[in-house]
Amino acid sequence: MYQWDFSILWEYRWLLLQGLGVTVSFTVAIILGGLFVGLVEAICLLSRFTVLRGISLALIELFRCTPILVQLIWCYYALPIVAGIEMTPVTASLLALSGYGGAFYAEIIRGGIVSIDTGQSEAAAALGMTPSLAMRRIILPQALRRMVPALMNQSILQFKNTSLVSVLAVPDLVYQGQMAAHDSFRPLETYTAVAVAYFAILFPLTIFVRQRERKLGEFA
Amino acid sequence: MSRPMIEISHLRKSFGQIEVLKDISLKVDRGGVLALIGPSGSGKSTLLRCMNLLVVPDAGSITVGNRNFDFGNSGQKPQTRELAQFRSRTGMVFQNFNLFPHMSVLQNVIEAPIHVKRMSRKAATELAMMQLEKVGLADRAHQSPQTLSGGQKQRVAIARALAMEPEVMLFDEATSALDPELVGEVLQTIQQLAAEGMTMVLVTHEIAFARDVADRVIFMRDGYVVEEGEARLVIEAPAVEATRTFLSHFHKGTAAR
Repeated sequence: MYQWDFSILWEYRWLLLQGLGVTVSFTVAIILGGLFVGLVEAICLLSRFTVLRGISLALIELFRCTPILVQLIWCYYALPIVAGIEMTPVTASLLALSGYGGAFYAEIIRGGIVSIDTGQSEAAAALGMTPSLAMRRIILPQALRRMVPALMNQSILQFKNTSLVSVLAVPDLVYQGQMAAHDSFRPLETYTAVAVAYFAILFPLTIFVRQRERKLGEFA
Repeated sequence: MSRPMIEISHLRKSFGQIEVLKDISLKVDRGGVLALIGPSGSGKSTLLRCMNLLVVPDAGSITVGNRNFDFGNSGQKPQTRELAQFRSRTGMVFQNFNLFPHMSVLQNVIEAPIHVKRMSRKAATELAMMQLEKVGLADRAHQSPQTLSGGQKQRVAIARALAMEPEVMLFDEATSALDPELVGEVLQTIQQLAAEGMTMVLVTHEIAFARDVADRVIFMRDGYVVEEGEARLVIEAPAVEATRTFLSHFHKGTAAR
């Protein structure tokens, strides 16, 4: 019978906390990056220019139909050779995860925008607003409110996806966990602690999102 | 006689295979009130939407005030900015109000003056309160539109359009979505505007109202102008058989309600 001994983790507390810090800041960065990419892609999807629609759709499908792990490795090893740009593991990870998240955000944002009654954009146009002003002032504020639960769900996935950056030796929580496990010869305790850390952050968030969804359902 | 406020000539519009407007020409004098009546699918709403270019015609020309657009071979496709500029001078009121639900009543009214006309917030608020006062809803300025009745929503929509100080007001079945007991307050507001000399075009099913408020009536069917004339004359003594048939159906329809 295995003798659990979590006390050995105390020695690695700063290492693990540092890892958690990297994971959280990475999450914030790729949520913001992903939202930006997703918004641009969604607006291109709704554009009347065929070329923009095509490019956006191609990008979205490219990121949706390949595994994120492959994208991460490809961005770090292959992209520098193809494009001739040097990239740190952090840049490559930010790029891949923002692109990946963006593809899913784009679909959510596009859906939110088209769900707004056409009367709203007609009323805005009738008041003399240009389509871009109407989008910014009238459509997006209403659409974003409607998208919040779906966007938060996707952001939770983004949080978990950051664990993959450890393959590029970005010192996130998983990577530091691996270090601690190798060093202490106690993988069971370390990985359990890592799992608990993810759970402790995500579980309250999922409950919060579920509540928001229920609330939104009441108004619909 | 001064130039008409609205002048439309040889207007055509098709949606796919279906020609909705077939060679429409009409004029509305400055301060005039024109009512468009006719069965659904006759093209009257499309015609109204052409007047502020929410629907861009395929051919013909439209003049509102001193701005003119030619369509078809002779004209160019209007640019986004030109369209916006043109529309900012005409007010439109929709059947379903289309108030902005994420804004208060006051914000609904000041939105376009601030962001389209670049008015200061203070000046826009003053103007908006004046318009809300006019439609009798100044005390609701800080409420959400969702808390208002249909008639109140429509009056806010009228105030919102008026805040852009338009030359022309277009009403697209402004009372059709209202409960019968709320129709009166909206019609009264429109009547008041007419009395102030606002140039207006109304698409309406309120035949009695068209007779009393409009000075001219156009009866449309299948994309054509079937009959045009002085409001009282067209409605009480239509010259064309089709108009007579429509109006008789209509009177029956209202009686049943």
